Amino acid sequence: MSTVTQSKSGPFTHTDNTVQKTMTTVLWALVPATLCNLYLFGWPAILLFAVTVGACCFAEALCLMLSGRSPTSTLGDGSAVLTGWLLAMSLPPWAPWWIGVIGAVFAIPLAKHAYGGLGQNVFNPAMVARVAVLVSFPVIMTAWVLPHPLFSAGAPGLIDSLAITFGGKLPDTISAASALGYVKTELSRGIPVSQAMQHVPDLMDMALGQRAGSLGETSALLILAGGLYMMFRRIISWHIPLTVMGSIFLMATLFHAINPERYTSGLFHLFSGATFLGAFFIATDYVTSPVSKLGQLWFGIGVGVLTWTIRNFAGYPEGMAFAVLLMNSLTPIIDQYTRPRSFGRTRRGEPLPLASKPGVK
Amino acid sequence: MRLFPIRGGIHPDYRKELASEQAIVSLPMPATLYIPLQQHIGAPAEAQVAAGDLVKKGQLIARSQGAVSAPQHAPTSGRISAVTLVPAPHPSGLAQLTIILEADGRDEWGELPEAIADPFAAPAQAIKDRVAASGIVGMGGAAFPSAVKLNLGIQLKLDILLINGAECEPYLTCDDRVMREHAAEVIDGARIMAHALGAPRVVVAIEDNKRQALAAMNKAAAEYPNVAVIAVPVQYPMGSERHLTQAITGLETPAKKLTADLGVVVHNVATARAVHAAVRFGRPLLSRVLTVSGGAVRNPKNIEVPIGTKVAELVAFCGGFKSEPSRLVNGGPMMGQPLPSLDVPVVKGTSGILALTPAEVNDAQAGPCIRCGTCVTICPCGLSPVEMAAFIRKDKLDVAARLGVQDCVSCGSCSWICPSHIPLVHYFNYAKGMLMEQNREERKIERTKTLAEAHAIRLEQAALAKKAAMDAKLAAAKDKANAVAEEQAGA
Repeated sequence: MSTVTQSKSGPFTHTDNTVQKTMTTVLWALVPATLCNLYLFGWPAILLFAVTVGACCFAEALCLMLSGRSPTSTLGDGSAVLTGWLLAMSLPPWAPWWIGVIGAVFAIPLAKHAYGGLGQNVFNPAMVARVAVLVSFPVIMTAWVLPHPLFSAGAPGLIDSLAITFGGKLPDTISAASALGYVKTELSRGIPVSQAMQHVPDLMDMALGQRAGSLGETSALLILAGGLYMMFRRIISWHIPLTVMGSIFLMATLFHAINPERYTSGLFHLFSGATFLGAFFIATDYVTSPVSKLGQLWFGIGVGVLTWTIRNFAGYPEGMAFAVLLMNSLTPIIDQYTRPRSFGRTRRGEPLPLASKPGVK
Repeated sequence: MRLFPIRGGIHPDYRKELASEQAIVSLPMPATLYIPLQQHIGAPAEAQVAAGDLVKKGQLIARSQGAVSAPQHAPTSGRISAVTLVPAPHPSGLAQLTIILEADGRDEWGELPEAIADPFAAPAQAIKDRVAASGIVGMGGAAFPSAVKLNLGIQLKLDILLINGAECEPYLTCDDRVMREHAAEVIDGARIMAHALGAPRVVVAIEDNKRQALAAMNKAAAEYPNVAVIAVPVQYPMGSERHLTQAITGLETPAKKLTADLGVVVHNVATARAVHAAVRFGRPLLSRVLTVSGGAVRNPKNIEVPIGTKVAELVAFCGGFKSEPSRLVNGGPMMGQPLPSLDVPVVKGTSGILALTPAEVNDAQAGPCIRCGTCVTICPCGLSPVEMAAFIRKDKLDVAARLGVQDCVSCGSCSWICPSHIPLVHYFNYAKGMLMEQNREERKIERTKTLAEAHAIRLEQAALAKKAAMDAKLAAAKDKANAVAEEQAGA
């Protein structure tokens, strides 16, 4: 008999699901919002996107080779593509190419492979990279532009775009502030929210992407659609997205009700910045979020509350990346305290007391 | 009847259609049978025959030894050719003492015990004695001696005899077929067991994907008001004793307790049928129905097989392999054991023989864990497989034990669902084995220490006693000397 005799415990059957399939589904979920935004921001955005994703894949292959593994071992699963993709979506669309490359260096070798590669990192690689380039190059990282749809009047052609992305020739005149940034700046000048709000795009424009911001911040509705698709495919559950958005919304609504001149409304917070991208795609990162559903609830609440707090009280207009990183650092502790209750045991691990006999049903 | 949800679980591809429509067929009596002395949990039976002995069908050939054990009977008439070591149907492939019986082809019955005419008028002990003498063990796969389980009614007040017809393992259809074709026997056996246990109610739980079995069992149970046949949701591992009990009663069996402590005793449908045959006809357990299936088997079947038949004969009976199997399994694909070869006998706990193609096994190199948390969500025991595996990899078994690795029932749901193909259950089985070994070692040390201390105390006491005796002797001698001296002085 030449059958396999190597002994391994069962099961001797397995689900069709793989890491690669999971990552691919996430990428598909990102496609509509990405295509829409690449169209809105034109050639410079496309170039930056390609450079960032390419740099992340290159860095992944290099790190795998340096650690003596086959470069295709985890490159093929799409995790590096996903990291690069999310990083690109968090950058200003017209940022120069080297922002993407430096981001990739922070994301892949430093935030991921220094910890041991896929599954081992404590912090979300894309957010580490975004925060690193944000604090290092604050001017470039806050130079937002208004949408210039491909082939529209005033949109840069491919040649001009090459100059913008690779030549660092960002036209000074077209920069614009994101809605969150604008309100924050106005507040610092003593202009109340109610007045500042008259100059930001209305909610419909924000939802559809007709505003300044990163690729992932605009067109909130398509991001939302992608997130719902992931939930439908059971890649993510409702626990993190709902608690992130819910706590941002509740905090904002509560404080807006108390002082509308100082705090923007719940809906504004939901539709501005990277709320949807963060809630569905960033905070739900498997590796850096808690494994139990209860832990995910606490994690989501933490991200939401911290995001709102940073947006309102810290120096930066957007707080999602910081909030996610702060909560990432708490994930091991959350995991430890939110383990499920074992069958037949109390939460403390003691055997359950013997219940009374079953009644006749 | 209201059902209660159980935590987690999975929905694997059941592939029961491969064999579910195949009516039970009897295997022609093989020329040689190999009957291992240990087919059950507990002490092995003790051979009562030697090479050259002639035996009749149903004759006792090995008697049970100790409180937890089961006897073996000759599945057919013939001559004992040897009692020797033969590879066991165990992943190790190690040999164990086995009675080899050459069938004489006459299949002549020996003398059987009297049928118990009215089992419900018979004392419970008579039923238990008959079940014990008939060599009946749990036929769902665990092979725990059934008579021992029937004794639970002595110390505990039982409410429900739960007949497990869930058959949640993929591929296996033998319980399904037994229920479809022998429903009345199963119900009768269950009622007899309930009588022996002193349990007022019988509940038969069948997964909802076995509609015909449900119909047949409902029909057979219709005239008995205390027997209920319940469809339970299709959710692996519904057939786990504790989980099935929870689904039916809503009660969660505390750790380190039995379902019987909640008033529920669980027996498999095939066990109930065997009890029926033993009590009503005096027939010991000589054969069982099992499923031979899998993508590599030419004609999957449900077969009534004499105990001791070589697996190779079953495979040949099913037309052999149509493709090279990538894995042979003894039992179901989730909790079954790898079969070391086809050259091992069928035992009382063999519920299935599977020959699986590479596509069915869908094995792959384990990749890094991406902490997706699915294993935590689906663990029916409420454990955190991802964390336990991480600690076991670092050989921190004490931490794994604190996280509850010993509460793991090895159902395999986590390994099945892991997108990185991490063999989680393999880690847990390793840890459970090591922890058990450590525990045994500690108890041994503890015992040695106690014995040594007792020995030291005994020595000390002996020395003290000796010294006291010496002192007494000395004192007596002194007294005597003094007395003599006084006498002399006085003189």
